[in-house]
Formats: sequence, structure tokens, C-alpha cells
Amino acid sequence: MKLKLITAVTAAMMVAAPAMAELTFSALSYRTGPYAANGIPFADGYQDYFTLMNERDGGIGGERINLVECETAYNTEKGVECYEATKGQGVLVYQPLSTGITYQLIPKATADNIPMHTMGYGRTSAKNGNTFSHIFNYPANYWDGASIAIKHILDVNNGDISGKKIALVYHNSAYGKEPIRTLEELAKKHGYELTLLAVDHPGQEQKSQWLQIRRERPDYVLMWGWGVMNSVAIQEAVNIRYPMENFIGIWWSGSENDVLPAGEGANGYKALTFHNLGSDYPLYADLQQYVKDAGKAAGAGDQMGTVLYNRGLYAAMLAVEAAKTAQEIHGTAQITPAMMRDGMEALEITEEKMAAIGLPNFGPTFSVSCENHGGDGFGAVKQWDAAAGEWSLITDFFQSDQDVLNPLIAEDSAAYAAENNIAARCE
Amino acid sequence: MPEQLFFAAEVIMNGLMAGVLYALVALGFVLIYKASGIFNYSQGVMALFAAATLVGIMDGQVPFSHLINAILGTNVHHFGWHVPAVLAILMTMAVMVLLAWAVNRFVFKYLVNQEAIILFMATIGLAYFLEGTSDLMWGGQLKTLDVGLPQGMNATLDEVTFGMFGYGFFIDNLDIVASIVALILVVTLTVYSQYSKQGRALRAVADDHQAALSVGISLNFIWILVWSIAGFVALVAGIMWGAKSGVQFSLSLMALKALPVLMLGGFTSIPGAIVGGLIIGVGEKLFEFTLGGMMGGATENWFAYVLALIFLVFRPQGLFGEKIIERV
Repeated sequence: MKLKLITAVTAAMMVAAPAMAELTFSALSYRTGPYAANGIPFADGYQDYFTLMNERDGGIGGERINLVECETAYNTEKGVECYEATKGQGVLVYQPLSTGITYQLIPKATADNIPMHTMGYGRTSAKNGNTFSHIFNYPANYWDGASIAIKHILDVNNGDISGKKIALVYHNSAYGKEPIRTLEELAKKHGYELTLLAVDHPGQEQKSQWLQIRRERPDYVLMWGWGVMNSVAIQEAVNIRYPMENFIGIWWSGSENDVLPAGEGANGYKALTFHNLGSDYPLYADLQQYVKDAGKAAGAGDQMGTVLYNRGLYAAMLAVEAAKTAQEIHGTAQITPAMMRDGMEALEITEEKMAAIGLPNFGPTFSVSCENHGGDGFGAVKQWDAAAGEWSLITDFFQSDQDVLNPLIAEDSAAYAAENNIAARCE
Repeated sequence: MPEQLFFAAEVIMNGLMAGVLYALVALGFVLIYKASGIFNYSQGVMALFAAATLVGIMDGQVPFSHLINAILGTNVHHFGWHVPAVLAILMTMAVMVLLAWAVNRFVFKYLVNQEAIILFMATIGLAYFLEGTSDLMWGGQLKTLDVGLPQGMNATLDEVTFGMFGYGFFIDNLDIVASIVALILVVTLTVYSQYSKQGRALRAVADDHQAALSVGISLNFIWILVWSIAGFVALVAGIMWGAKSGVQFSLSLMALKALPVLMLGGFTSIPGAIVGGLIIGVGEKLFEFTLGGMMGGATENWFAYVLALIFLVFRPQGLFGEKIIERV
């Protein structure tokens, strides 16, 4: 019996040892399945940043990073399985890159005392840290996106869009439906007419929706799509000769993958973003030296500088900065998921910090607090130049309509708190 | 005529065009089912594999480059040349013939006379294998496919109909091309199966494997032939859909669109695939146009299956399918 016990303890220590000596991060990625084309560049950027930290800096605060990758194929069940399979390894933070998986993991991660970062996706009202103690969605969320799109349309129309017709083409899923409530509220405030056009997964066939758009000629079309739905929608818009400068996608509908299949026709298409573009940053020289040239790049290393690669890079950067903050707060390099949560809640991203990292002006500055887990809701608008084959920012980062959004977030999170018997935690 | 009626006519026209594209995928299923009784679950993945291979060859991509680089520590990705579209299509066809041979040599050769469900399960395995092989050979990233097909609104039709009715009808040039190609395919395949020696052999195998074998028809040859033709149909479908959305994993999900078409048209009829495709195409578009709004939209996917199920109740063999009578 004693021998069995010793063997079991030794085995447990051997299994646990790598996790104790390292900072473990998870990459719930999807390099296969219907959304692989978008999952690959994000996963590459996410992974490359952690590789850079290990190779250049020796990890974070002297602790090497152990990145545990698990393939979800953008499938909610598989995502939950990945979470259950990896949480025992001491994962500091989860970034599931799927709104469906996020909704399933919110209660689980909270109960397990593991923070989750859903950057630009997931449940919008998780911004309210009073209710969602372990969920963070800085620097912006879907409702910010909806508001930023409408604000841009307001700017283009000298502040008056009453009577205008705006259509939302959306992925018929939890993700696609997220902005509807906000757009309806904003319609009341600004007097535009909203038309909703759902597209079923995966979105390969959208003729009905675009015939309707051709017939009704909305002044603007907004899109909440993902994967093949985006490229088909842009191609259909080109086909019906819809003015591309009036077609605006959320940040998940604005990668190179979405516009390239439509060729020249996609010129002028707009999309939102909460981070900057391209590879003209000092950090990229280090990525080249320590990651790509060293043969340690994730994938083929051919995604560097693309929109989704940069997003993965940005997500990893925010995770690393939160880990550093946690190390400072708790005075130890070997942080736990609970300490990581504290670091995320005290995270502050300043321009000085981004410049020091080698990513000057890469994203909006923001700070996280107990009440505010979502940042300040800044985003920008970018436009596709088909001839040059690149995106460029056409606005500065500007803030969403907090007057409209904050009450909506308070209302939705209050309903969740009542349903789950959650008491306010911030004093 | 009121504008609403013109719009309905436009929806029907576009539904017909979409139906042709569905039929293109369904055609591959029918060919293999007719000749071997195998419901080829991997037909959609074959379209993805064919289209990815075509783009890879056109771009001079080194197949399995990630694997080669990972094992040998090299950094090769491209040969540095571009292959013209026509030549690349011929080379892709050769790859599909090779695939047909490999599928029969390594899978179905060992499954002759097995239950239909076993053959079906084998094709599910084949689908997963091909998905992985496609990613491993050419990468999982999105690939743009440009073989010079016209795309966008047909301006002539728009102008002519506007001049006649005051309402410009929309039809995508790519859909017109797809319809012509599908028509040529169906006529060619029908003529081939009716009048050529191999076509007669193919029908003989479809009727009775053992009787065909007894008169000297090579089952192996016929199966390779049929899988090659299905590979060609998959390539055509892959080109049409890939030109629209880029070549990516979602192409393989087209099979989901072909299923209701097959249920409706019948698993054994080439014209059935076309008629089934047209009915599904028009039906789903008209339903979305008339009642879709009341149901929150995005009705097309489930409506196609509901329509097929209704047909199943009244005509289980489909519109043109053979009625199978089994005596115990």
C-alpha cells in the first residue's frame, strides 16, 4: 500500500513538474475545419509571440513559457473538451477564439478560478467585472464594434443618418446575433432603419440575401461574418455592384482572406479593427531574427504581417503583459491562474509600454479595473486597397458610444447576475 | 407587372442557377452510386482536394512542403514557376485518376461484396483521410482560384430586361458558365454511358456485379473509371465554387447541399440530380423570399432537407430513382 502511494505521488510529481517550473498558456486554436483559413494565421501569431518571449527574453520574468496547443476546429464541444483536458496543467489564461466556446466556458472557468480573455468576441456584457469576475474582453467588444461602425457612418454623413437604411448581414449564430440589440438601440437614437439578414453556416450560398440587398438598396451594409461567409458576401456585393465603401465588416470580417477572392472588385471595402496593421514595427525585426530565421516559426512563417497574424500577436502580447503585471503584484515569477486574473484586472496598456515592446501605436491605450474588464471600447476603420493588396487605417482609434452601451451592458449583466445568483464584487 | 412579381421571377432564375451548382456536386454522388452501389460521402472533400491541387499546381507550390521542411530542415515552398490554367486542369485530372486508382487499390478492392453500410463507412474514412491529405499537401490556408472564368453581374441581361420591363434582372456570369458546363457534362455523361463500350460495361456493372464479371468485364477497371469521372466532376464543382469563395475547407461542406438534391432526384439518375438540384435551388430561394423573413431568415439550409423529406414520404426512391424491390 505504502509502495503504491509513493509510486502514485512520484508519478503525480513527474506529471506536474513541467507545469510548476513554467508558465503555461493555452492555445485553443483551429488549424483544421471550416474556419481553418482564419484560425491558422491567428494561431501562428499567438504562438510566435510566446516563442519570441522564450528565445529572446528567456520567458516572462525568468520563467519559460509552456504553450499547450489544442485543436478545436471551431467546434464548441471540442473547445470544451480542450479546456477540460488542459486546465489541470496550470493554464494561466484561456483565449478560445470562439463565441460559442466562450459561452460554454464562462461558468466553468469562473468556478475553476481560471481567467479567460475573449478579445473582440464572446459575451459582450462580460465587460462588467462586477458580475463576470474571471472574464475579460478588452480592448473592445461586439457592441463597441456596432457603435464604432455607426459612428463612422455618422461621420461620413455629417452627423445625420436619420431615414437612412442600414442592413446587417450576419452569421446565424451566437456571434452573429451579438450586435443586433445595440444596433436596434442605436437606430432609436439616430433614426435609421435597420434590416436584418441572417446567413446560415458556413455561408457558401447567400444569393437570397444579396438579391434582397440589390432590391432594397440599403445605404450601408454591415457584416458580422466569419470564414467563407465573408469572402462570399464580398463577392456577392461586387456582383450586384454594391458600393464597397458603404460595406463595413466587423473586425472578424476584415482579413486578407475575406477580400482576396473577390480580386479588384473588393477595392474600397471597409472593416473595423482594434489594432494596427502590417509589419512595419520594431518587434518584427526580433520575430525575424529569433523566430523565423531560427526556424521556430509556427506554420510556414508566411502569415507574418497579415491582419489575423497581428491579432494573434496582439492577444499574446496582452497575455504576457498581464502575466508581468501579475508577477509585479504578487512578487513572484511563478504565478498561478488566480494571480494571472489579478494581473489582468490591473492591466494598463500605455503608449510607452507598446513602444518599449516594439509595437508603437499598435492599439488603443486602455486600463482594466475591477468594474471594467473591457477597456474603453476604442476602434478604427480600415479600407482595402486591392491594387496595393493591403489594408490601411482611414481613421484614428475612436471610442464607441458609451452612453448607449453602458446601460445595455449593465442591464444584460444584471440579468445574468440575477439568474446565477452572483453578488457585486467591486467596492 | 408589379415589381414584386419581377423580383419573384428574378429569385426563381437565380434559384435555378444555384440549383445547377448543387447538381454539379450531386452528379458525382450519382455516378459512383450507379456503378458500385457506394454512397460516396467523400465527394465534397474530393471537390476540395481537386480544387486545392489545381491551385497548388498553378502556383507551382511544392506538395507536402511543410512536411518536407519539418523532416529535412529545408525551406522549400515553391518551384518558382506558374502553370497555365488549362495545363494545370489536365495535370489535376491526372492526379484525380491516380487517386481513383489508389482508392480502389487500397480500399475498395478489399471490400467487394460487402454490405452497403460498410462501403459507406469506408468513404467516411476516405473523407477524413483526404481532408488531412489536402491540408498536408497544399496547406489549410485560403487559396484564390482564377482560371479566367467571368464573374459578376451580366450587364447585357440587366440592360435588356430593364429596357423591356423597367426592371433589370440579375444573373451572375459565373452561374451562367456553371449552367453551360453542367449541361455539357450531363449530355456527355449520358451519351457516354448509353453509347460507348465502357458506358455499356458501366451499366452492366451497375445492374449486376457478378453477371458483369461473368461476361469478362473488369470490375476493377470500371470502378477506377467511375471514380475518375467522379473526380473530374468534383474538379469542375471545385472550380465553380472555388472561383466564388476561394478554395478553403468549406468547399467540402457542399456535400451537405447535395444530399437533399439526391434524396429528391434519386440516387441513381443523372437527370434526377439535375432536376433535383433545380427544385431545391428554386424551392429554397422562393421560401426564403416569401416566408423567410417571418421565420428570422437563413431558412435555406433546413428548408432543402424538409423539402427532401416530404418527397421521401411520398416517393422514397426519389423522382427518377429506381424502385428497389428486395425479395426475401
